[in-house]
Amino acid sequence: MTHPTTAAPDGSPPPGAASGTDAGTDAGTGTGNASGADAGRPRHRTGPRRPRTASSRENRAGLAFVTPTLVVVTVVVVLPILWTVLLAFQDARLVDIQGMGLLGDWSLRNFASVFASPGFWTSLWTTLLYTAGSTAGSILLGLVAALALRRPFRGRGLVRGSMLLPYVAPVVAVAFVWEIALSPQFGVVNEWGAKLLGWDDPVAFLSTRSYEVSLFGLDFELPLALLTVIAFETWRYFPFAFLFLLARLQAVPGSLEEAAKVDGAAPTQRFRHVLLPQLMPVVALLCVLRFIMEFNKFDDVYLLTGGGSGTDVVAVRVYDFLTARFDVGAAAAQALVLAVILMALLGLYFTFFGRKVQEERS
Amino acid sequence: MSDAPTTARRRPQVAFSRARFEERLFGVLRWVVIAFLALITLAPFYYMLLLSVKPIDALLLDPGQLWVSAKEFTLSTYDEVLKPTAEGGQGFLGMLYNSALASIGAVVLTLLAAIPGSYAVSRLRFFGGRQLSALFLAVYLFPATLLAVPLFVMFAKIGLQGSIVGLAIVYIAQTVPVSIYMLRNYFATIPVSVEEAAALDGCSRLQTIRKVVLPLAAPSLTATGLYIFMIAWNEFLFALLFLAATPENWTVSLGLQQLANGIEVSKTVLMAGSVVLTVPVVLLFLAAERLLTEGLTSGADKS
Repeated sequence: MTHPTTAAPDGSPPPGAASGTDAGTDAGTGTGNASGADAGRPRHRTGPRRPRTASSRENRAGLAFVTPTLVVVTVVVVLPILWTVLLAFQDARLVDIQGMGLLGDWSLRNFASVFASPGFWTSLWTTLLYTAGSTAGSILLGLVAALALRRPFRGRGLVRGSMLLPYVAPVVAVAFVWEIALSPQFGVVNEWGAKLLGWDDPVAFLSTRSYEVSLFGLDFELPLALLTVIAFETWRYFPFAFLFLLARLQAVPGSLEEAAKVDGAAPTQRFRHVLLPQLMPVVALLCVLRFIMEFNKFDDVYLLTGGGSGTDVVAVRVYDFLTARFDVGAAAAQALVLAVILMALLGLYFTFFGRKVQEERS
Repeated sequence: MSDAPTTARRRPQVAFSRARFEERLFGVLRWVVIAFLALITLAPFYYMLLLSVKPIDALLLDPGQLWVSAKEFTLSTYDEVLKPTAEGGQGFLGMLYNSALASIGAVVLTLLAAIPGSYAVSRLRFFGGRQLSALFLAVYLFPATLLAVPLFVMFAKIGLQGSIVGLAIVYIAQTVPVSIYMLRNYFATIPVSVEEAAALDGCSRLQTIRKVVLPLAAPSLTATGLYIFMIAWNEFLFALLFLAATPENWTVSLGLQQLANGIEVSKTVLMAGSVVLTVPVVLLFLAAERLLTEGLTSGADKS
């Protein structure tokens, strides 16, 4: 709807009929506008023009307001991304990039070397495992937390506030706390593990590629460092899921659950058939958001393990290419491959699940 | 809560007892979960604080000790971390200043950049408005690593590498999508009639925004600003990429990581540094918790 505001003088008076413009803007709808002031006017002349003027004013105002934001986003985000694409197809090293033109020699060499380089495919697989594990872990724990904290109790505000700490605290600080706590030499976890659980040897959580576990006579190989990093991500990001899920839970009308309760539905049934359908859209949204964030994650892994012991996610490899080898082209190519894979996965997700979510929402 | 369904007379006994059983089970489990969550969220921070006031010998002697005796209690770790490098410390005081500068710079720049655009996409209908709105959100999809390479090169080229101003500009890229998202949601909740009233009183659109919309949006602006501050304060990748070569401009996050890489720095000093890095952002968060959580999730309950 065009509302009168849009016709308000923007500093310059509207061209032509200045009087009664405010009241006349609604003329486009043709209703309720037969005021005395307008009655004497030839409607056919001004009528069709006014709405166009109003909307074109709004159009101009909109463009004017959006321009600064658009310029900033273009300069700091869009152009760099486009440049990454260009760099990925060039043989670019940091030393000679100073004198290089925007368009150098094109080649696919970067991609060839990225795909052929040792460890790229395992790194991609690690990234996928890491992303899936962290996404699922943080959302599940967040859901459990939201369910536990949805009803008020004494001290809830305190617990709620403290639960957000992992998400708010700087990653460098909490990564070091974990590193020290898990240290085999002086870590509190190994110390208490030995005391309480009778661990024979200290466990090097962050530097063990695979850890043998015997369970019921079967031997398992656990990718321990990767699992630890996933646990860290789960811990750090469950508050994010918790916040969104709690907000949604509290918006679920109480009558829905009451009705199910009266019908004798057990809590698990109420959760499955009443709450979960209500939560699904938020869970789907969280899955997408967390997946994107984890897929591109650099700092957490880099700080905890430096990308060693089977935690070499692609983002850390990009960093290594950029800073250790100064191979800008290969780094850009890898970042681009990562982004394309992410887009493809998101595309798949939205083709298969997007519609389902839409249906559940309606 | 006893909730035997009195109205349902001939309910199968099995379902009834299942409901009762689960009701009890979850009643207990709920407290177990709450205790567990409180433990895993608070313990690491307690551990951080604990180690930061211990001498390193005490830690190595008994790593499992969960308290610090009055005899051992020391603040020399903080002394070492905060003192300038010229006096043999780690210079964290200077880094705190750098971090504050970069973060506040990011807040101001991002808000300036985000306010007009988010107002436009939430309030005004204009050519390409919906596409732009989508674009602003799509920015969120692009990985920081994808931006890192060209920004690294670009800043090396124009000589902004190693400067705090450059870092603050980079942080715009990190924070502008979420800022637009938060502000847009908020602008959409301000009734149009308020703006109309201002317009009828003779305000131009700019005046309406300055005198009516922005004051009304003050809580949301604060929340968004705080959120940007936190992201910038906690940021590590770009600080590492851009500032690693210029120690006098290091932010606290970067300084801490470099400290950990360095030789001969005891873990207790490292933890003191972590506390120094964490305290400002946690204090800010505690002061504005409600504002922040509501700002972030507004719209989530409708989606």
